Amino acid sequence: MSSIRILNLSKVYDDSTHAVKQINLNIDDGEFIVLVGPSGCGKSTLLRMIAGLETISDGELYIGDRLVNNLEPAERDIAMVFQNYALYPHMTVYKNMAYGLKNRGFSASEIEERVQKTAKMLEIEQFLTRKPKALSGGQRQRVAMGRALVREPAAFLLDEPLSNLDAKLRVQMRVEIKQLQKRLKTTSLYVTHDQLEAMTLGDRLVVLNQGQVEQVGAPLEVYNRPETLFVAGFIGSPSMNLIDIDHLDKSINAHALSSLPKGTDILGIRPDCLSSSQPNEPSIQLECNMTLFEPSGAESHLYMSLKDQQQILIMRVESLKQEFSEPYFKVYAKIKDIHPFNKLSGKRTD
Amino acid sequence: MVDNDRWGNLLAHCILIVGVALVVFPIYIAVIASTHTGSTFLSGTLPLLPGKEAWTNYTTVIFEGRSRAGTPPIAQMLWNSFIMAMAITIGKLSISLLSAFAIVYFQFRFRLFFFWIIFLTLMLPVEVRIVPTFQVVADLGMLNSFAGLSIPLIASATATFLFRQFFMTIPEEMLEAARVDGAGPLKFFKDILLPLSITNIAALFVIMFIYGWNQYLWPLLITTDPSYYTIVMGIQRMATGGDSEPLWHLVMATVVVAALPPVLVILFMQRLFVKGLTETEK
Ligand SMILES: Nc1ncnc2c1ncn2[C@@H]1O[C@H](COP(=O)(O)OP(=O)(O)OP(=O)(O)O)[C@@H](O)[C@H]1O
Ligand SMILES: [Mg+2]
Repeated sequence: MSSIRILNLSKVYDDSTHAVKQINLNIDDGEFIVLVGPSGCGKSTLLRMIAGLETISDGELYIGDRLVNNLEPAERDIAMVFQNYALYPHMTVYKNMAYGLKNRGFSASEIEERVQKTAKMLEIEQFLTRKPKALSGGQRQRVAMGRALVREPAAFLLDEPLSNLDAKLRVQMRVEIKQLQKRLKTTSLYVTHDQLEAMTLGDRLVVLNQGQVEQVGAPLEVYNRPETLFVAGFIGSPSMNLIDIDHLDKSINAHALSSLPKGTDILGIRPDCLSSSQPNEPSIQLECNMTLFEPSGAESHLYMSLKDQQQILIMRVESLKQEFSEPYFKVYAKIKDIHPFNKLSGKRTD
Repeated sequence: MVDNDRWGNLLAHCILIVGVALVVFPIYIAVIASTHTGSTFLSGTLPLLPGKEAWTNYTTVIFEGRSRAGTPPIAQMLWNSFIMAMAITIGKLSISLLSAFAIVYFQFRFRLFFFWIIFLTLMLPVEVRIVPTFQVVADLGMLNSFAGLSIPLIASATATFLFRQFFMTIPEEMLEAARVDGAGPLKFFKDILLPLSITNIAALFVIMFIYGWNQYLWPLLITTDPSYYTIVMGIQRMATGGDSEPLWHLVMATVVVAALPPVLVILFMQRLFVKGLTETEK
């Protein structure tokens, strides 16, 4: 168990792709960090640099108190879970889990004890003599976790470990991983692009965009107060409506708009903060017509286009109401639910 | 794919049967001929049914040889061939595994250059470079030795190339997982690459063994001492050597015996690679 300190870390690939740019991050001992961001933003690259599988172009990386920039992966005392699991196909589950320990010179009895303990914890005892081919996807995933856990490393690095599982199993494993981490209190870095995993798993969320950190914070903090336009659009599903202030009816909304901070020209409104009935507190109103109703059980979404504009808005509704079929209907958003942004700087204005 | 047309089926089978007969008939004749006396052979008509001389013919070739034609008993030659074929096979496999490993997993200068150099030698079989190779072997004093018989035939571009292609299909994460698990390059090679390659190794083993076993020109050239004769050149000597007419019944018996070891190797290795095919996956 250790903390991880990342100082001005950069990665430039041979073909001069600047994949990671000057990242700074302090990860406390025992913390669960989730790295999230769109495809190609450098999540895997950052994780692999920490693992030692990718060289560090610039900056410093500390695991515990050790500067590990030039250490081999094995010397960094980390364990990694790969997206495709990378189990050794010719070894039994037991041997897969024991291999790392064997290479580190553990005695046979200690290996036996640790493998059994871990297998029990993950409920894979009955598979120990099988080869990976004879396991289902979910079981393989557990073995991959087991191979990491059995080493009792200073930190776990997981690169989209659940993305090859079906939806139901993913939810189940997500809960299990969270519980395991709470119990073992091992520093963990988890890469994902799944919104739900990002929101539910981590103690802190790191949102990456084009190799840079956009925002770091507790998941709810990031959700409730996105600092940049990018984070606002990226975190949350369906994503936040970002409405250009020019698309609003200035005369009706004059009063409401004047109460927004100076420099605001984009209004961020979550789909569940729009409503079709006028609230009795300061709000803005928009005229829309329906383009699509998307029912999905617990919550349904209404796609609407703003009057005279191309922009599509999404609103969460409970059911399809009569009024939505009228050519134009009004939706409202409370001023306090609006996230004000400046288009040019991409930052929040309040 | 093919529809169940009865006549088509019949035709296909006829073609297949003719094909098999073409391949099998000469072998059958050889087996039959090895069971008759020499005089039956010289009478001009080949019998199609086995004769009674099998025991005498086979014991003669195996234990006595044909001293007049200068060929030792074939037991000795079989052994020589076996040693040579095994040395070539094992040598080729180890060298090509190691060089493919180097080419795929290590970054060194001129890596691609070396790969192409190896690849180019594919176009230079022994027969093409036989004169310079003979000179080198002679200068090194390796004539009439197992080293001389096998070492010049060991370099193998084919196997290197095949192993390279195979290694490149192994996902990179396998190497990365092994690195995280604390396996250095040699451990990775021994614990992961070798076991994963077992099917390929078995298949190449068969091919290489037969290649080594069937070597003819090279052993003929560099051995003058009968105790290093190989079986294939022994057959040639039996057929052409000596003053008298070749003793065809004995030649045929030798041919049949000489064909057995490769068959045994195939049978043995086949178990391995069928097992490999069903057990490994990438
Ligand atoms: N070996 C490489 N050589 C050159 N560029 C690379 C290499 N590996 C990755 N990149 C580039 O670096 C950037 C970041 O890649 P990375 O794999 O870290 O993305 P990611 O955030 O993990 O994306 P995803 O969610 O799709 O896995 C991408 O633009 C990618 O093209
Ligand atoms: Mg990735």
